Formats: sequence, C-alpha cells, structure tokens
Amino acid sequence: MKKSSLPFVIIGAVLLISIGVSIWLFNQGPAADSNTNTSKTTPTPSGPIPPGAEPAHTKGSAAAKVTLEEFGDFQCPPCGLLHPDIKKIEAEYGDRIFFTFRNNPLSRIHQYAYDAARAAEAAGMQGKYWEMHDKLYTNQGTWSVAANPRAEFENYASLIGLNVDQFRNDMIGQMTSSRVSLDMQRATAMGVTGTPTVFLNGKQLSAEDTNAERMRVLINEALKK
Amino acid sequence: MKRPANYKNANSGPRLGIFYPLIVVVSLVGLFDALFLTVKHFRHEVVRCTVTGGCEEVLNSAYASIGPIPLAAVGLLAYFTVFSLALMICFGYARLRAHLLGLIVLMSLMTGFLMYVQAFVLKHYCQYCLLSAAVTISCLLLVIGARIQNRSSA
Repeated sequence: MKKSSLPFVIIGAVLLISIGVSIWLFNQGPAADSNTNTSKTTPTPSGPIPPGAEPAHTKGSAAAKVTLEEFGDFQCPPCGLLHPDIKKIEAEYGDRIFFTFRNNPLSRIHQYAYDAARAAEAAGMQGKYWEMHDKLYTNQGTWSVAANPRAEFENYASLIGLNVDQFRNDMIGQMTSSRVSLDMQRATAMGVTGTPTVFLNGKQLSAEDTNAERMRVLINEALKK
Repeated sequence: MKRPANYKNANSGPRLGIFYPLIVVVSLVGLFDALFLTVKHFRHEVVRCTVTGGCEEVLNSAYASIGPIPLAAVGLLAYFTVFSLALMICFGYARLRAHLLGLIVLMSLMTGFLMYVQAFVLKHYCQYCLLSAAVTISCLLLVIGARIQNRSSA
C-alpha cells in the first residue's frame, strides 16, 4: 500500500466504524427491552412500555371505564390551551374517567420546560401537585418569558402554601429529576413526539381530537361500550 | 509518485514525537463519546449519569442544541476532523499542524464556555460532557507540547 494513501484508508475505516456503531446504537431497544421488536424507533403501546413515574399524578377513579393519559409540557402553548379543556372534562366526568398527567418537557425548544416539570413534581412532594400544575399552566405566559423562572415558581409555591425552602431543595433533588425522566422514558416508548399527546384507553388521539368537544364525543362512545 | 501540495515528508521536517499519535488516540475517545450522545439525542432517549448525576439537566437544557442540531453532533464532526488532521500529520502532512492547532484552540474555547454553563448557569454536570472537556483539554496540551518540541528541535 502506498504510504500517502494509508491515512485516508484509516480515516475511511474509522468513518465506516463510526457509521456502523451509530446504526447499532440507533437500533438498540429501550433500556429494559432486549430483542422483542425490530421497529423500535416508533414503538406502539402494545410493546413493553415502562410505567412512568409511580405513583402517577391522577384524578378520577382507577376503576373507571375510560382512561385518559396526557403527556404535557408546561411551557408548550398548545398544552396551555388544552389545560382548560381537560379541566372541563374532569369536572363533567368526575369518577367516570381516570386522568393521568405525565411530564414530557420538550427542553430543546422550551428552555424552562424541564424546570417547570420539576417544580410541579417538587410541589407534589408536599401533596400539592395539581395546585402547582394549574398555576404553571395558567401563568404560562408569565414565567415562560421571565428572566428567572425559578423565582416565579417559588412565588407560586408560596401562594399555594408550600414550604418554599423545602420546595427549592426538592426542585433540584434527585427525586424530581428521576420522576420526570421516568415519565419521559414512557413517552418515548409510547412513540410520543410532541405535546400535548393524549391517549384515550391506550389509543393516541389525533391533534384534531385533542380538544374538549371531540374528547367528550370519544369518551361518551367509550362509556357506552 | 506525485505528493499533494501540503505534503511534507516526516523525515525532512521537525520530529513529530509522541504528541500527534496521542492526539489521534485521544480524539477517538471524544469521537465515540460525542457519537453516543448524538445517537441518544436523535432517539429522544434519556441519558442517565452514573457518576455526576446531572446528565438530564445538562442534555435537556437549551444549551445542548443549536436549533435542531445537537451540540454533540457538532462535537462529533470536530473530533473526527481532529482525528483526521492528527493522523495525516503523523503521515507527514506537516503543514496541517496549524489547522489542527486552530481547531483545537476553537474547541477549547467552546469547552470553556460549556464548562462555565454547567458550573454557573445549570449548576449540574454531565459526565459525558466532562469526558469531552477532558479530551479537548488533553488535545490542547498535546498540541502545545508538539509545538514546543518542534520549536526546540528546529
């Protein structure tokens, strides 16, 4: 082999190895999954799905015929728009539905979404998850553009009666981080790519169906079955 | 055989010593570290830190991407370029040394900024980012070492 061509051969070999490793890594299944499914980049709810953070944040009755599971991002404007619709559905159906909210912060486009998810989880550690959840959505336009959103979160924590020092510590603690991650792992495994994404009895709703009016129709149909 | 314009026989110039081969090896570590993070990014997978505990905070932050492009992919390209340049220098393309030095200095500046972000803005550390920082700083020290050796042997 000519000396001058050898470095190019080595560079080419490293490039090929890198591409090979990338493909191998990309086709690896979810952490707990070994070799059950080859189309792993777009898994469906029929595959092995991690449970998400336990216990989950839920409303309604676990025995209800209809389950709604929302994957949301507190900084995402469509999630903020869906929030009053979900509140209406919760109020109308009460224990006839079982609603679960899961974190799926899209941090790459929403700078403070991850912190907001942790703020809600930190409030949950003091038993006031839903109060913080509502505060974050109703004040989305304020903290999303604040220079220091953490100060806003602490203000909300104070308003809903949390121990702010504990809230501050919990927000940066391992527990909140872990819960958000577990929800995100579930979102990934269920093929969630955007927010809000709502599953009704395990079936993903289309964007057109993700509003109070259409969800009401679909819930009524599911209740009749 | 006709040599490229930027080819200079290794035997005719200053001695290369161990520095450039070491950069070749060290840059491979950075390359596979960046490759791992790039793939995780495009798989929308959560990366867990086993040592430092701050991967999620750092890799999900607004500083982890430039628009749709993950910073890890930029690092991947940079490490591959460092690897290629260092390897070619080892094979006698001595005039590429200035390019390698420039690139490594640029990467070191970026590393300094990212270390500042981890320490003072995010207040969390990602072990894979620390490994990448260590690789870049090692490359910087090695390329400086090579320059000093060249000057003293010239």
